Amino acid sequence: MFYREAGQFKTSYAADQAIFPIVQDRIFVLLVLLAAYIIPPVFLGSYWFNAILIPFLIFSMAALGLNLLVGYCGQLSLGTGGFMAVGAYASYKLTTVIFPDLGMIFIFLLSGLVSAAVGVVFGLPSLRIKGFYLAVATLAAQFFLQWLFNKVPWFYNYNSNGTIESPPRSLFGTIMEPGGMLEALSFLNPLVTSPRATPVTKYLFALTLVVVFALIAKNLVRGRVGRAWMAIRDMDIAAELIGIRPMQTKLLAFAISSFYCGIAGAMLLNLYLNSAETLAFGINISFEVLFMVIIGGLASILGSFLGTAFIVLTPIFLTNALPAIGLPLDTAGQKHVELMMFGGLMIFFLIVEPHGFARLWQIAKEKLRLWPFPY
Amino acid sequence: MRAPSTAEIAAGQVLLAVEDISLAFGGVKALTEVSFEIEKGEIRAIIGPNGAGKTSMLNVVNGFYKPQQGRIVFKGVSHSEMEPHEAAASGIARTFQNVALFKSMTTLDNIMAGRTLKMHRGLFWQILHVGPAAEEEIEHRRKAEEIIEFLEIPHIRRIPVGRLPYGLQKRVELGRALAMEPDLLLLDEPMAGMNLEEKEDMSRFVLDVNNQFGTTIALIEHDMGVVMDISDRVVVLDYGRKIADGTPDKVRDDPDVIKAYLGVSH
Repeated sequence: MFYREAGQFKTSYAADQAIFPIVQDRIFVLLVLLAAYIIPPVFLGSYWFNAILIPFLIFSMAALGLNLLVGYCGQLSLGTGGFMAVGAYASYKLTTVIFPDLGMIFIFLLSGLVSAAVGVVFGLPSLRIKGFYLAVATLAAQFFLQWLFNKVPWFYNYNSNGTIESPPRSLFGTIMEPGGMLEALSFLNPLVTSPRATPVTKYLFALTLVVVFALIAKNLVRGRVGRAWMAIRDMDIAAELIGIRPMQTKLLAFAISSFYCGIAGAMLLNLYLNSAETLAFGINISFEVLFMVIIGGLASILGSFLGTAFIVLTPIFLTNALPAIGLPLDTAGQKHVELMMFGGLMIFFLIVEPHGFARLWQIAKEKLRLWPFPY
Repeated sequence: MRAPSTAEIAAGQVLLAVEDISLAFGGVKALTEVSFEIEKGEIRAIIGPNGAGKTSMLNVVNGFYKPQQGRIVFKGVSHSEMEPHEAAASGIARTFQNVALFKSMTTLDNIMAGRTLKMHRGLFWQILHVGPAAEEEIEHRRKAEEIIEFLEIPHIRRIPVGRLPYGLQKRVELGRALAMEPDLLLLDEPMAGMNLEEKEDMSRFVLDVNNQFGTTIALIEHDMGVVMDISDRVVVLDYGRKIADGTPDKVRDDPDVIKAYLGVSH
């Protein structure tokens, strides 16, 4: 009833190939975007930003990147945490030593590029090995990168405590700050990192990045590149035969995926943690992002967001719900119950719907097309 | 030097020459000194009992197997070995005995994937997906729709091919190969496992492709009725050797062929 596409005829291939060919989808997405930009800054407090919204956006970015690699190109990777670490450490070196005047937006993009280059190197084994074996090879990337950033003091500027810290930097850098060449535009150039920046600014920055990169991901997967990835995933021999080069295609997937993860890592350091050590980018993160992708739905952009929401929100929900139903546990006990319920939920969910939330949404859409007259 | 385009090779001239190909896997000799030619515009059948080396022959032609000896001359350019994507780029398309489609992609996406080599917009435009990249996408969509129309499969355009029945999957696979606009189309048992009606449909499509697009076709087939009806010339392989070559009528009466298929009384 609410979701009826009857009467929506497409008269051109352009209309048929639009991102959201159905009018209801377009309206819905626009509303969500508007809500995301307006509601939290106006109505929500800093707990929401710091504990829920910003981490959700950061992990959405990582999940998007991993979904391009695992979901679309079929290359299993457990190196997400490592690639995020590359992004974070690259952003730290860039902001503190190499380009201290540059704005964060450029720093993030550069960190992404560094991570992409590292991703290509660790993607090389994918040319010879597949599946679980590739997962193990990328696991090596995870451990190697973590070890590297821990052992080589250059990466953390020889700090005695071995941590990296996010310095206060503005969106576009000193060029638009008072005293810079584009001083007149300084009202467009808020402080976005370090604890001094407001949560709202950080949130809006992260939101914009995620929206833009989700759009880019969608564009990639619905065109030639996406079809090449999926062809390699589904039947690599046949893909080669129609002229798709496995090496270039797989390495491109690794590069773009690591680019997203690198930006996510830089965001994690600069917009959320403020200071971090390698532990923050451990194997746990790799698994968590992989769970997000699997639970949300492989090869689905929407699924990346749904999976991230599930993994980020469930623990918070449980933390708040347990005391509410009269289970006054201490923090450690609460953490245990939370983990148990989380694991149980995940197993339950994978049995009920192995194709993830994205498939559930698709089924719901099919039902809504007929509702309330299912004949 | 640029390879002469097929336009320069007139119908009836040699498009592909297989010269003295030998292929062995360890001690197993799959092909021994096989030579034959395929002329532009013809339908060339490759037949032989199971294990005769027919599929190995196709795999050599499109670069999956590297022969130990011999060479392939395609459009006047000689290759001792080729990578599969080079073969694709030079105009050789192929279908498989066991359907090798991209199962989770729709029919339309499978056929669009066949046009990958014809699409040239780089990553930058792909990311923006406006202007040239979107135009290119639409231009190729038009081509893909022509092929869908030609193969009479518009109703399954949006269905993931993994869910289609076998006969339709075979047809989609032919569509993907046609989307490459090949000069030489290799069909590995296009009618295997089909009922009579489906075989007739597929034969009609093969003949139509040959007539309308002028595509040269090499096909492996076990159904002798089909082979004798649609092919212009037939190569017969047995135990990796060529035992006969010629028109269907000539091959049918060849004593070596009869011996290979039926055995001989001692």
